[in-house]
Amino acid sequence: MRFLSLAAKRLAASLPTLLLILIGMFLLLQLAPGDTVDAMLAQMGGGDASIAADLRRFYGLDLSVPAQLGHYLWRLIRLDLGFSAIYGKPVATVILERLPATLSLMGASLSLAFSAGMALGVIAARRVNRWPDTLISTVGLIFYATPSFWFGLMAIVLFSVHLQWLPAGGFGDVAMGYTGWRAALDIAWHLVLPTITLGLIFLAIYLRIMRASMLEVLSLDFVRTARAKGLRETRIITRHVLRNALLPMVTLIGLQAGTMLGGAVVVESVFSLPGLGRLAYESVVQRDLNTLLGIVFVSALLVIAVNFCVDLLYARLDPRIGT
Amino acid sequence: MRRALAAYARNPAALLGAVLVLMVLGMGLAAPLLFPQDPLGLAGRPLQWPGANPRFPLGTDPSGRDIMAQLFHGARVSLLIGFVATLVASAIGIAIGAVAGFYGGWVDTLLMRVTEAFQTLPNFLLLLVLVAVFGSHINTVTIAIGLVSWPPVARLTRAEFLTLRTREFVSAARVQGLGDIHLMLREVLPNALPPVIVYASVVMAVAILLESALAFLQLSDPNVPSWGNLIGLGRNVLRVEWYVSAIPGVAILLTILGVSLMGQGLNDALNPRITGK
Repeated sequence: MRFLSLAAKRLAASLPTLLLILIGMFLLLQLAPGDTVDAMLAQMGGGDASIAADLRRFYGLDLSVPAQLGHYLWRLIRLDLGFSAIYGKPVATVILERLPATLSLMGASLSLAFSAGMALGVIAARRVNRWPDTLISTVGLIFYATPSFWFGLMAIVLFSVHLQWLPAGGFGDVAMGYTGWRAALDIAWHLVLPTITLGLIFLAIYLRIMRASMLEVLSLDFVRTARAKGLRETRIITRHVLRNALLPMVTLIGLQAGTMLGGAVVVESVFSLPGLGRLAYESVVQRDLNTLLGIVFVSALLVIAVNFCVDLLYARLDPRIGT
Repeated sequence: MRRALAAYARNPAALLGAVLVLMVLGMGLAAPLLFPQDPLGLAGRPLQWPGANPRFPLGTDPSGRDIMAQLFHGARVSLLIGFVATLVASAIGIAIGAVAGFYGGWVDTLLMRVTEAFQTLPNFLLLLVLVAVFGSHINTVTIAIGLVSWPPVARLTRAEFLTLRTREFVSAARVQGLGDIHLMLREVLPNALPPVIVYASVVMAVAILLESALAFLQLSDPNVPSWGNLIGLGRNVLRVEWYVSAIPGVAILLTILGVSLMGQGLNDALNPRITGK
């Protein structure tokens, strides 16, 4: 139970960070040319100055910057992210519609990168400096250097255009009218290529860390003791080494959460997935700053949530933490 | 220094990295000599396959521009953006990390809160916001990439300063009555720098990837022959003329591979204790 209070303390410590991000972002967007009203007028096909002034008063844009900031933060506390002039809906609704695609993409990529990175790292560490290790490390290095969007495009050329095995994009076939399990299966089928595309670079990172961490733990005294007791190598790896070697991997999940979300922006654009990242891209192109600010807020919340889960997981893996 | 160089030269992976980086550097330097015309100007019939026309060994893009010329000029752009963005990120990161680590206390807490805020925000998302606000001129994009890449440098520098500031040679300099600025710049910084320089290779690789991703989304400067731009243009003709996207992608891959291998080689050469691993 003590680790729960520790995790709660960590969560509370992230509140100032969140506040800092929001204030920084709000002030940054004040520098942007044009405001929501300009975007709305452009959408309506123009309007005269008195309408603009009325609208500005309605949205509170005629107030001073500190007053606007105060209003904005007060609205955020009530989880009101404002109104998107481009989509004609509250920003919170727009973001909630896009969240499932991003969350499933990130979850799938993380699982792939973590499990494959772990397995390959263990194999490389057990055959250190022999050909399996060299091969795995080289492949990892190439994965690390591959730009994800380029890999995605090439995968589309090979698997969707030439071999026609997998769909080239989208988040499920709406036209087929699937329901229940069939729909879930269809979505999973559409997520195969995006998942691999996003996960590849993280797989390379996890693989490298896992290999180094395994080598580190394998050289410790308790492993020698286990060997001296006559335990079989497989049992030593699974029962003694793995649990300890996993700690840096778990830390990495928290550190990489933000980077992964950033990567999702690009991958969702490549595969035209209706996710948060694509929404961010669209709001930049359409200068929908209200939505952009909302996405930044939700992304920061997401990263903080991931780090909270990592803290809990860490405490389960390492009982020494929290005592 | 000589020992480190010798260690570097004995490492085949590190040498390969150096060769790759030198190759890209050579491409960038040779670009104005080999392809004096504007690489973004019309050169011939659009979408000629590589090898189909001896004038364009790597073919032409959807607008009839020479891909080979864009590849050479793109090397210039990528390296320049990567280098300048790394300089910006290192300057900010070292300044913040040095002050935080040297003074500690509330200064440290405040600066680390700011660093944490930057790390909580997905860096590509922050880059999108910066481009949305300040526009996508090449100079703006380069500085923006530097602005989103400094937090790891700051953390690394701070950690080095924290361990170094209590060492005897710093105390000795302090009792001589030397000022804080002198202590930071002349005593601590030279000793803290090697790991930061090695890490700069990671920053540079990430900077090049960030720029190419931004250009791929057509949010970077369209008037610059960037590799990412070309990949983004090739996307519209991906189904048949996939070579337009494929060729610049290989260039990015080899550049990142070269920079990473060089960084790893430098790291191994400067830390001989862990070379055995």
